[in-house]
Amino acid sequence: MKLGILLSGGKDSLYAAYLAKKAGNELTCAITIDSENKDSFMFHTPAIKKTKAQADSMEIPIIIQKTKGKKENELKDLEDAIKKAIKNYEIEGVVSGAIQSVYQSTRIQNICNNLKIECFNPLWQKDEIPYIEELIKNKFETIIISVAAYPLDETWLGKKIDKNFIKEISSLVEKYKIHPAGEGGEFETFVLNCPLFKKVLKVKNKKISGENNSWRMDIIF
Amino acid sequence: MILLISTCKNKLHELEFVKPIEKILINLKTEFKVKHYLKLLDKDLISSEKIIICGTSLKDNEFTNNQDSFSWIKQTNKPVLGICAGAQIISKIFGADILKKKEIGFFTEDFKKDFLGLKGKVEVYHLHNNCTTLPKDFTKYTNSKIPQAIKHKTKPIYATLFHPEVRNKVVIENFIK
Repeated sequence: MKLGILLSGGKDSLYAAYLAKKAGNELTCAITIDSENKDSFMFHTPAIKKTKAQADSMEIPIIIQKTKGKKENELKDLEDAIKKAIKNYEIEGVVSGAIQSVYQSTRIQNICNNLKIECFNPLWQKDEIPYIEELIKNKFETIIISVAAYPLDETWLGKKIDKNFIKEISSLVEKYKIHPAGEGGEFETFVLNCPLFKKVLKVKNKKISGENNSWRMDIIF
Repeated sequence: MILLISTCKNKLHELEFVKPIEKILINLKTEFKVKHYLKLLDKDLISSEKIIICGTSLKDNEFTNNQDSFSWIKQTNKPVLGICAGAQIISKIFGADILKKKEIGFFTEDFKKDFLGLKGKVEVYHLHNNCTTLPKDFTKYTNSKIPQAIKHKTKPIYATLFHPEVRNKVVIENFIK
């Protein structure tokens, strides 16, 4: 089946796409929603402008849809982007990286249902730590590009998601109620390499900004 | 041995509709096997103690064209739990009609009596475009127009139109215990 990837740049959207391809589906294009609203519930913002480099590395076209990020308006923008993908790339479904978020998945399910295409959420209800272990095992090279919850601070930026990361984050899960996969927005990630990529993305430069427990790292390839 | 029956046309959907149920069974340290309904053999049914018929995606209605594959439900005396697509299959086998009814996301259902651990007002996760009428010989457990949770009056056959594997795992745990 021809699928569009709802691509945020982070580990979840790309791992979901990886599973979709592994199951025999064709990844035809990527769809990215570039939201002006930094606190968007639906779309992750820190590295959204960098998803083009990922799509290029996968050698697939990308639809980048800008949105002001006002609640239900951004859903209209997502629907328009998916419509474009149906028209231009004949996608028959989308694959999303939703794990626990009913808020997110319900809205995507509704849009796909209206447009009469399939909606795949291959990470749905996955346990966090085994999921991160799976990512590492499958050679996903992922870094932290933003943090937004105590006690995470700027020292976490650029950290690789590896076995050490699992140890460190596990120690915070119980005490601070941090979601170990960051699905609550505690941290955002960016994938630099994975089996879907034809070439590795190399960070040439980075700019760190923020304060207290809200930090972000802008990366340049 | 618990038999999990997949109703998914596309194998990728099994990660979404079968895998979360497998996870609950693994946590319960319960043995299980997964079979797609089109590959089901008599020996799979014979060797299982209990059977769960899982759901599938909103757009996937292929199971409705293969109703014959589920005729065993009417004869079996084993406990069966049907989830979403599984609930529609069970209801249809027992003579109910399929009706259009779209519900996507969290909805509050009022359980008038205990249904595998759910009682009173409970938020449940819906993902369906269709529902059914109440089949003959079944009792409706919710105060709702359409049957959201039903049980056969004399056999251990249960069905939920909602997905208990999302936030209401207790339903599956109690069915297994």
